[in-house]
Amino acid sequence: MRLDLVPRARRSPLAASLSPVLAFVTAVLIGGVAVSLLGVSPGAAFAVYFVAPLSELWSLQEIALKAAPLALIATGLAFCYRANLWNIGAEGQFVVGGLAGGWVAVATHGGAGSAVWILPAMLVAGTLAGIAYAMIPALLRVRLGVSEILTSLMLVYVAELLLDYMARGPLRDPAGFNFPQSVAFDEAARLPYLMEGETLHAGVLVALVATVLATLVLGRSLFGFATRVVGASPRAARFAGFSEARLTLAAFAISGGAAGLAGIVEVAGRIGQLQPTISPGYGFTAIIVAFLGRLSPLGILIAALVIAITTIGGEAAQIDLRLPLDLTRAFQGLLLCLVLGADVLTRFRVRLVSGATR
Amino acid sequence: MLRTTLGACLGALLLLAAPARAEDKLKVGFVYVGPVADYGYSFQHDLSRKALAEALPDKVETTYLENVPEADSERAIEKLARSGMGLIFTTSFGFMEPTLKVARKFPKVKFEHATGYKRAANVSTYSARFYEGRYVCGKIAATLTKSGTVGYIASFPIPEVVSGINAFMLGAQSVNPNVKLKIVWVNTWFDPGKEAEAAKALLAQGADILAQHTDSAAPLQEAEKQGKLAFGQSSDQYRFAPKAQLTAVVDDWNGYVIREAKAVLDGSWQSHDTWGGIKDGMVVLAPFTNMPADVKAMAEDTVKAIATGTIHPFAGPVTKQDGSVAVKAGETAPDPMILGMNWYVKGIDDTLPQ
Amino acid sequence: MSLDTIQMVLVTVLTAATPLIIAALGELVTERAGVLNLGVEGMMVCGAALGFAAAVETGSTLMGALAGAGAGLGLAAVFGLLTVGLAANQVASGLALTILGLGLSGLVGAGYVGLKREPAPHLHVPGLSEVPGVGRLLFGQDAFVYAGLGLAVGVSWFLWRTRAGLILRAVGDDHAATHALGLPVRRVRFLAVLFGGACAGLAGSYLSLAYTPFWAPAMTAGRGWIALALVVFASWRPGRVVAGATLFGGATVLQLHAQAASIGLPGQLLSALPYVATILALVLLSLGRRQGGSLVPAALGRDFTPHR
Repeated sequence: MRLDLVPRARRSPLAASLSPVLAFVTAVLIGGVAVSLLGVSPGAAFAVYFVAPLSELWSLQEIALKAAPLALIATGLAFCYRANLWNIGAEGQFVVGGLAGGWVAVATHGGAGSAVWILPAMLVAGTLAGIAYAMIPALLRVRLGVSEILTSLMLVYVAELLLDYMARGPLRDPAGFNFPQSVAFDEAARLPYLMEGETLHAGVLVALVATVLATLVLGRSLFGFATRVVGASPRAARFAGFSEARLTLAAFAISGGAAGLAGIVEVAGRIGQLQPTISPGYGFTAIIVAFLGRLSPLGILIAALVIAITTIGGEAAQIDLRLPLDLTRAFQGLLLCLVLGADVLTRFRVRLVSGATR
Repeated sequence: MLRTTLGACLGALLLLAAPARAEDKLKVGFVYVGPVADYGYSFQHDLSRKALAEALPDKVETTYLENVPEADSERAIEKLARSGMGLIFTTSFGFMEPTLKVARKFPKVKFEHATGYKRAANVSTYSARFYEGRYVCGKIAATLTKSGTVGYIASFPIPEVVSGINAFMLGAQSVNPNVKLKIVWVNTWFDPGKEAEAAKALLAQGADILAQHTDSAAPLQEAEKQGKLAFGQSSDQYRFAPKAQLTAVVDDWNGYVIREAKAVLDGSWQSHDTWGGIKDGMVVLAPFTNMPADVKAMAEDTVKAIATGTIHPFAGPVTKQDGSVAVKAGETAPDPMILGMNWYVKGIDDTLPQ
Repeated sequence: MSLDTIQMVLVTVLTAATPLIIAALGELVTERAGVLNLGVEGMMVCGAALGFAAAVETGSTLMGALAGAGAGLGLAAVFGLLTVGLAANQVASGLALTILGLGLSGLVGAGYVGLKREPAPHLHVPGLSEVPGVGRLLFGQDAFVYAGLGLAVGVSWFLWRTRAGLILRAVGDDHAATHALGLPVRRVRFLAVLFGGACAGLAGSYLSLAYTPFWAPAMTAGRGWIALALVVFASWRPGRVVAGATLFGGATVLQLHAQAASIGLPGQLLSALPYVATILALVLLSLGRRQGGSLVPAALGRDFTPHR
């Protein structure tokens, strides 16, 4: 008895778009079973997780706020992943971006001068910092062939420790009773709110614009085409004259910049100051979003929304149904497993063949 | 365990389906930074929630969110406010800005922020003078140590922790001016693995009594394993180390929480700051164990003296590590100095991480 | 510093290194077969949770250890099905397992936070364990520590002294060629993945049964990622894994000792050392590779689909 995978000659587009839906439905069903084992009615849980968050203006805003950075980071990551460059360090690039932009805000705090350039400067600083930080694993890979998976991952911890050190030390608010946080940013250093209720801020727009731009580049430009070719067939890329080294650096730059921008958007929008931790794991969640969305911009957008809805639904479930947050995490992990498995079905025909396992 | 969860969930569901009378009840929400079952800081806050539910069962309904990271706290607090809470307790310093922000959006809801320092018309702050308990512990430690070195596992270099260290040292020095204090910073409030490692390191360096400002019982366990003594933190952790715990500095928020809820119910609630100590019953020392009777008597006397004001942990003269005088003889440290303390007292050899 | 103090420091270094040794050796075998398993952290933390739960319910450390290994094995089976059976992307699958493992561990462990049990029993050899200076270090540890060291010897022997080990290494170096030779590539890889997962789960259970007698949410605190780095740092050789684990485990612990001994350096800098050290090691490894001879299993991370 063995599993044989026969590649399909043509990738059925119907199967390609249905497989994630199938995976999602399966995950929800398994989740329903798990929830009933915990003593809660699956119907009530489904309503709290998926329906309730969509029924209130405030939670819709929160969903947008959560989905925006995820979509932005994931779109940047898609550049890398399509080229078989495994950038696992988006979390670190996010943190470094937030730190750099936040430093600009702290440095210009309280100044009376023209304030209108501060916010753009922060956004630029964050993006550049993310790019620079992503260059480290990129250069190590291009020059020395070092595995970017491990270098980018190790750098995440370094970035987090750096932020921790800065927030507790040099960037600490001198009037803050020595508590580990920076001054609260001036109005000029904050992203403006978009509507009444002080929840939705302009960061969502920034993220949306950047995502649209990245999508256009990926789909319509020669560079985007080149990244896809390099990932699918390095030999063909070399024949076509695409420089693998330059593409690697560019792809890392884009994903690092996207993550860094998301970082400063979060700091300037939601948090409004520098703290020892500024990310609830966006960098890693974005990797999941990228794969859930199967590395396509539209898919990433949908996947980001799904993750945002389940996270916010999970928090509501904690209050209303006393269901633990770990359930949400397990669900998200399960969903990714199922999506990856279902994806196989679009690429291969799976046959169970009797005979010796090979 | 599954059955209890099942029962609890069913109970919660039934509660939600309770009759219309529920709408008259005041809904009180609690937000914890760690797990309720840490048997430390968040555990004590949850005890106050349970005490409230027991004291006013007909008038009050409680709920809580645990393991809320500071980055996500604004959403969690706002969610509670939107779920009809009339009074919300946010129990970690890091929740300060999010609490204020949500409070601005919901002026009719009352907020109580623990261990913070910013208030608003509908935001009170409350904290406990933990350092008073530390002073007592310091005296006990200096009396009982045979090696002359005491170990201190500290979390983060914030004033609350630093004032605790200083009070501990001053208490110790009042018994033995030459006692040595070794401090290790673990940069976490709750991580049993790291706390155990820190305990091992301190014991290896010659400390025979441990104190901690972290929440798990791991250091106590380690001390007991090696036949040494230690102090518990936030809650009475005696059952984790019956042979090692001398006492614990216990946070008792029950009285305060019930008072505030009653104030909301009868309409007399006002924004204020509360910083209670042994005198107000907010800091309690767990029963003194594993020590000879005369040390126990001394400890109890010290507690009484602090309660009546005869002893003040930061009574002058207090000299800073750099030699300057922080508090002159005959005076006591004013509250703002203790709230913002970022220096060590003389006698501590380590440098404070800046 | 007295002899006893030195011994105590070494003991803490050894115990800090043990979970890294066990998890890294498992991952070493997996990677030698050509599969990159990024789910080690999830498998470790599940092992810690399930191991602790089983030990509390049965009262036996051994049952806890077995349950922990079993938890890791179970998650690894899912990972193996995805990556070896269905040729799914290894990086994504590994990360999915990490998240799944973290979530499951929280669910399983929820009822056990704050409980305590007796720590795992330590070896006590009358006479030998009391030898000053080395007695406790060599003869006073718990079973996990000895298991870890034994595992290093065992894995080494298996990989270089048995035919099965040779096949495994061959599969990891060139799965196409070994497939052409008629060797069961996928079965070998799947078994290697299972072994790696079991080791990760066992390492996790060490944390909650012996290292500290508690379960706390996410108590592995990133050790799974360090184990991954460790395998590369050790250039896929078991002996170097032990040495590297001692370095990495030691770095974290020595930072605390340094503080206790009043040597002042920013804590964050010292905490960052293992990660920076890994990057440097990777760079040095690559520089060394240019002079000839690659130490990386050549087929590491590449999917294997027999009909391609």
